[in-house]
Amino acid sequence: MATVTVPKKESQNLPGNPKESQEQQKTVTLRIARINPGEDAKGKFEEFKIPVQKWTTVLEAILYVKQNLDHSVALRYSCRQASCGSCGMKINGKPRLACYTKISELESETITVEPMSNYPIIRDLAVNFEHLFSTHKKMKPFIINEESEIKPGAKEFIQTPQDLEKFLQFSYCIKCGLCNSACPTMATDASFIGPQGLAQAYRYTADNRDEGKKERLKIVDQSHGIWRCHFAGSCSNVCPKGVDPAMAIQLLRGYLLGFRK
Amino acid sequence: MVNSIDIDLLIVGSGLAGLRAAIQAAKVAPHMKIAVVSKLQVMRSHSVSAEGGTAAVLYPEDGDTLESHIYDTVKGSDFLGDQDVIEKLVADMPSEVYQLEHWGMPWSRREDGRIGQRNFGGYSFPRATFAQDKVGFYEMQTLYDTCQKFDNIMFYNEWFVTSIIHDNLRFCGVTAIELSSGTFYTFKAKALIIATGGAGRVYSFSTYALASTPDGLDMAYRAGMALKDMEFVQFHPTGILPSGILITEGARGEGGYLLNSNGERFMKKYAPTKLELASRDVVSRAMITEINEGRGFKHDTGVDCMKLDLRHLGKELIIKKLPAIREISLKFSGIDPADEPIDVRPVCHYMMGGIHTNIDGATEIQGIWAAGEAACNSVHGANRLGANSTAECLVWGKITGELAAKYIMDNKPTPPFPLHLVANEEKRIYDGIFRGTGGANPYEVRQDLTEIMNSKAYVYRNENDLVEGLKLVRSLRLKTWKHVDDKAKEYNTNFTNVMELDSMFRVAEVILMGAIWRKESRGAHARTDYPDRDDKNFLAHTLVYYDSKEPVIKTHPVTITKYKPVERKY
Repeated sequence: MATVTVPKKESQNLPGNPKESQEQQKTVTLRIARINPGEDAKGKFEEFKIPVQKWTTVLEAILYVKQNLDHSVALRYSCRQASCGSCGMKINGKPRLACYTKISELESETITVEPMSNYPIIRDLAVNFEHLFSTHKKMKPFIINEESEIKPGAKEFIQTPQDLEKFLQFSYCIKCGLCNSACPTMATDASFIGPQGLAQAYRYTADNRDEGKKERLKIVDQSHGIWRCHFAGSCSNVCPKGVDPAMAIQLLRGYLLGFRK
Repeated sequence: MVNSIDIDLLIVGSGLAGLRAAIQAAKVAPHMKIAVVSKLQVMRSHSVSAEGGTAAVLYPEDGDTLESHIYDTVKGSDFLGDQDVIEKLVADMPSEVYQLEHWGMPWSRREDGRIGQRNFGGYSFPRATFAQDKVGFYEMQTLYDTCQKFDNIMFYNEWFVTSIIHDNLRFCGVTAIELSSGTFYTFKAKALIIATGGAGRVYSFSTYALASTPDGLDMAYRAGMALKDMEFVQFHPTGILPSGILITEGARGEGGYLLNSNGERFMKKYAPTKLELASRDVVSRAMITEINEGRGFKHDTGVDCMKLDLRHLGKELIIKKLPAIREISLKFSGIDPADEPIDVRPVCHYMMGGIHTNIDGATEIQGIWAAGEAACNSVHGANRLGANSTAECLVWGKITGELAAKYIMDNKPTPPFPLHLVANEEKRIYDGIFRGTGGANPYEVRQDLTEIMNSKAYVYRNENDLVEGLKLVRSLRLKTWKHVDDKAKEYNTNFTNVMELDSMFRVAEVILMGAIWRKESRGAHARTDYPDRDDKNFLAHTLVYYDSKEPVIKTHPVTITKYKPVERKY
């Protein structure tokens, strides 16, 4: 396990590469899980010492390693502003978005990053999303309504701000997969629909423009479906966008049990 | 033998334009094989980060008119926009907003249940249709989810396309690498839509995703298509420090002020009528002028900036209408905009230029279309108005999807596949890059390149800086950065990063050459040595063609239908 010292990079006083002010030369140890199932199924951790500032995110720290110390670190990332959902991983044991987690908020001298649980690993921190994507599709995540293709001259379906409120929070889902990673049921039942898919089934069902409730309820009411959830609530705790899949699951059950129409 | 996949319609890029195109093609041709190929997972394209709005004339009964949207856009473009193209954008937009709504888009609503609109820079009517301040995200989600209805749309998540194959006349296919396995493939297809977005990562201070590099522009350029008007780069006035993440114009649309270090709303000097809501190029220049004249602020990082003040809007409005802005400020800068002004600075945000197309999005090669920010159909001219780019993606996604599908249904004979080009491409990327050697760190070279662009071709430009910039870029390119230290096949982003850098060099060169050639100030291209617009010599589009020695510059006429160029004031 090599500890690599950081070569001093010429600092430049330009936006995008902020000049490091002297008093903030803090460093932390970043432990990165390294694994390539194509070569060797047994992974290891590698440690790197990296400089951090008060705004440094975990993503920036990993990219610092990739750019300066070891180009071969494999991870998925893109928007760096918690919109695209690429950079989910386990950070000090908890599923989080790397771009949305500041080193400073972890209050730890050692930061450990690992691939999300409950997903097959592609390499290092990048995991395979096939199950999440195909399950999402099975939920029929679209408006089911004979008039969903507009005709010339058509205007909008009327939807009051109150109608919108009923499903809006569930449409914040960025498909980062953290909820499925945190879910204890997913850990024991790989075929479970999972909180991401169930929340999206609810999101469309609760939309006053949609007429697909029956179809979707049939899809979630099956053996690896909604009844497998035992309300640990971990999904809602880790969502970086404030979506509450556990609530969506309860509301969906309400339809099935006849509490809701 | 190279692995090969047969497809009817290939769409490269999975942002708003690509997904809108896929849906339209699937509607027109339900049995056609449509592949959306993206170097990211399909739903992660940077369209998700568009914040403020999508422009459309929805309320003629309240006084908005198509003509007003057209003129605002023509004026915003500093008369370089092709007016027939602008007319098409404006005419097609209202139905796009309603179609998205029918597909489930959570547009924000008025109390009466109809779709809400807000003010935006450069418009004479509040016609930016919004869904909180996450418009692009919701549009992407709506299109991605709607794609799930069609079994003939296939997603190729994380496939990096490296080149376009054609026989000089007609499109034949592309070469690509499947990232997860590292396997090299050819796609044989009948038509292609390029929807790879903008390339703003050639600048170091940028609102763009880290993935927004010019690989799409560059593959078209290498394949012989012209890049048009690339010197016009939009610097959005409000990139937050230190990250460059966008603070939407909607923040000013809702009433936010820009302040200098004397506490003045300095925009009153530069745009007395529109103030903070003048068009983006005007506001960005005003900010840099204030900074240059000593009325700026210094951010903790030592970078010059101005203040965006939202405090007077009140916490409640900020939370309701600008929740993402509050989230970004809190998280990435540690500031609650309800309590403190935000540190902002003009930031690379959009490229008006792109792959040269006609009004239908058709390129110079039969069977290839381009849509969205990757394309330049000249709808934005020299400066794009906010809320017109998501609009452009929707309109030309639909148009190109439909035209490409109909072209395929016409069943024209397909040309023999030029296999030697595949062999050449394998050699270019594997011998030239993957197995390359050298001592320069490609990531440092990339950082240096983007800093050159930021310092030499920013908001204000001049001959000395631009020529110097071009010289620096060309000498930086000679360093030995073309090598990949990661030797694994699987998920090798070191390899794709170096291919991205290769594309950045060519496109940065085109931007600088266009900027040197254009000896006038128009829209986003402001030359201190040529401060005036020069319609006599430069009322024309720039075309740059690839040549193995030096890029070739040509021009292309501007289409003017109704509005003769006049002085542009806000």
